[in-house]
Amino acid sequence: MFNKKECVVMLLAGGQGSRLYTLTEKTAKPAVPFGGKYRIIDFPLSNCVNSGFDTVGVLTQYQPLVLNEYIGNGQPWDLDRASGGAVVLPPYQRSKSADWYRGTANAIYQNINFIERYDPDYVLVLSGDHIYKMNYRLMLDFHKEKNADCTIAVIDVPLEEASRFGIMNTREDGEIYEFEEKPKRPKSTKASMGIYIFGRKKLVEYLKADEADPSSAKDFGKNVIPAMLAAGEKMYAYEFTGYWKDVGTIKSLWEANMDTLGEHPVLDLYDRDWRIYSRTQANPPQFIGEDAKLTNSVVSEGCEIHGTVENSVLFGGVYVGHGAMIRDSVIMNGVRIGDKASIDYSFIDEDTVIEKGSRIGDEKEKAAGITLIGSDLTIKKEYSIPTGDMVNQAYIDDLAKKGGK
Amino acid sequence: MTVSGIIFSNLHDKNIPELTRQRTMASVPFACRYRLIDFALSNMVNSGITDVRVITHNNYRSLMDHLGSGKDWDLARRSGGLKILPPFVSSYSGGENLYRSRLEALFGVISSIQHIHSDYIVMSDCDSICNIDLKDMVNKHIESGATLTLGVKDTVFEDRHLKNVNVIYADKDGNVTDIERDPRHATGVKSLGLNVMVVNTNELKSLLNDASAHGYSSFINDVVRRNVGKYVFKVYRYDGVFRNIYSMKEYYDCNMQLLRDERFRKELIGNPLRPILTKVHNSAPTKYSDGAVVKNSLIADGCIIKGTVENSIIFRGVKIGRGTVVKNSILFQDTYTGENVFLNCVITDKDALIQDGRMLSGHETLPFYIEKGQIV
Repeated sequence: MFNKKECVVMLLAGGQGSRLYTLTEKTAKPAVPFGGKYRIIDFPLSNCVNSGFDTVGVLTQYQPLVLNEYIGNGQPWDLDRASGGAVVLPPYQRSKSADWYRGTANAIYQNINFIERYDPDYVLVLSGDHIYKMNYRLMLDFHKEKNADCTIAVIDVPLEEASRFGIMNTREDGEIYEFEEKPKRPKSTKASMGIYIFGRKKLVEYLKADEADPSSAKDFGKNVIPAMLAAGEKMYAYEFTGYWKDVGTIKSLWEANMDTLGEHPVLDLYDRDWRIYSRTQANPPQFIGEDAKLTNSVVSEGCEIHGTVENSVLFGGVYVGHGAMIRDSVIMNGVRIGDKASIDYSFIDEDTVIEKGSRIGDEKEKAAGITLIGSDLTIKKEYSIPTGDMVNQAYIDDLAKKGGK
Repeated sequence: MTVSGIIFSNLHDKNIPELTRQRTMASVPFACRYRLIDFALSNMVNSGITDVRVITHNNYRSLMDHLGSGKDWDLARRSGGLKILPPFVSSYSGGENLYRSRLEALFGVISSIQHIHSDYIVMSDCDSICNIDLKDMVNKHIESGATLTLGVKDTVFEDRHLKNVNVIYADKDGNVTDIERDPRHATGVKSLGLNVMVVNTNELKSLLNDASAHGYSSFINDVVRRNVGKYVFKVYRYDGVFRNIYSMKEYYDCNMQLLRDERFRKELIGNPLRPILTKVHNSAPTKYSDGAVVKNSLIADGCIIKGTVENSIIFRGVKIGRGTVVKNSILFQDTYTGENVFLNCVITDKDALIQDGRMLSGHETLPFYIEKGQIV
């Protein structure tokens, strides 16, 4: 059943996220856990549902197992629909060729069939690696009001950081006259958020043209947007002012996690008018023991806490032993932290065991960087992992050879 | 071998009138995030029973809301799954009244029972909570060749007046010999009925026909007790954790036992092989602010805690204000406490609002209960 939809959403979720190191060794970046019980992709998916968009194609490619399983039939986001809903779109084989997705534009090009089944007037293109709460409906209204061919969401960034982004130079009414990818001398501070709305016919036209061009890198930012600008299409920048964070690095992911803490957090997850949905299982309630101390932290179900937790984010099913101390850290699902272990300024990935008395990282003020411990590892007792290290199985084997020093 | 389940959702509502005024016994909240029916349902699902009927009586809106399609127990199925049986006013239930006993409840849903094609039926109440491996119980039942097997828990008493419980007597081979209801001076080892039983489907149908012909009114005291000797009735000795909730005091104490008794807590709600499943909500994790002090408590997700919480059970979405002290209390979903509130031995029902500076205290033998939506 394919009812006509006003707008179809294409969510690019194939990103590897190589700057997240071991966090994305086994999962795609959009499936990286966030904020105690979410994954990054919960944000764009929840935004879609809260904005009233119910047809979302999720384009997966890199390490799709966890992501596919997580999205499933889309039920946690109310996207298990008879018409539309969440549909996972992996690369596929055709009669004459088989291809991976070669760039963002190519990924959408390969799924033009999916888009056209719903005969939409507009296509919203999102990426699955940002943390933000945004009403896409308002952006679509803006797009319609301007009678635009393409609208790009932009956010004001500090001038000194502008050269890390794609920058839109606009006229007063928001019309884009120039686009510069990572400019050395930025003329404006309007950074592209990687959120585009296209008229469907225009999008299909340009994707086909881009596909026919052998020199193209098949990328929206590098090829499609410049081509549309050069052809004089009507392109507008839609200014967004809320919370938005590119969580492409360990540092920025850590910061975004910390942004959920505090009494008036910059990223409010308790807002009942704009809920962030996630797939969760039924864990028992958290048990907080007699000697536990919890300050400025968020803790999820299934945890058992006997130690001290400060300025930290604890995912479900984490065990914190007696006398253990956790500060300024993000501890993911199912991690066990033994008695008297201490963890500072670190990420500990899922199901890792930190044995009794071991020491991870260093106080945030003194630390050289964030320490990252991969998933399913065992950090032997009395080991000390220095600040800023990225720990995986090879690191542990090496450490064992050296006798733990 | 196929097994179906039947759950009685409100046989003993009158035992806790406060909590069941607007809900069934089955949907009484328990242990931060559960409803009592979650134990009966999870026991079945964890043992591979995926065709489950829930018999309702009155006030079952909250139960419908909790169960939904049954998907959270993996019971939203095309074949089998969860079926809610709303009450029938039938000739068996005495004129215009709804059923008053387990037997009348079964008479009322006889047409649904006729459609059960499984070989065995497990029947369970909601006010006796346990985490039981029903697969083992069903296997033992089949091996023994019995018509019906009653789950029992051996417990030692010294001159206690037992309430809301059947004491089952059996010989050394496990054959039921007698049944006593609420004995006044229980002393020594007594086998308490779990109100969990396995019965052969065809024989249940003929037992019900026979009971109807004799005008019986109680399943245990008439159908089972009067037929001892005529049929093989066995006991199954369960040695896990078990509580029977028959009064407000028991309800309160059972929650508190989760805090003081680690074995009870872990076996009841922390067994990874037999997890207690419940309706999954969408709450953010719980946030502990700078001034929070929390000791020996169970806390659900979605809470914001700025004050002190000791020996308490805190449900989803509860807000504890700055300077507030909550001790030995049970706060249901979305209870809001302002600043500098003091609560001791208090049970607040859903959406209660305690304003700044209020001080309330009950006693562990008589917890102070605040109704749903009350403003103090």
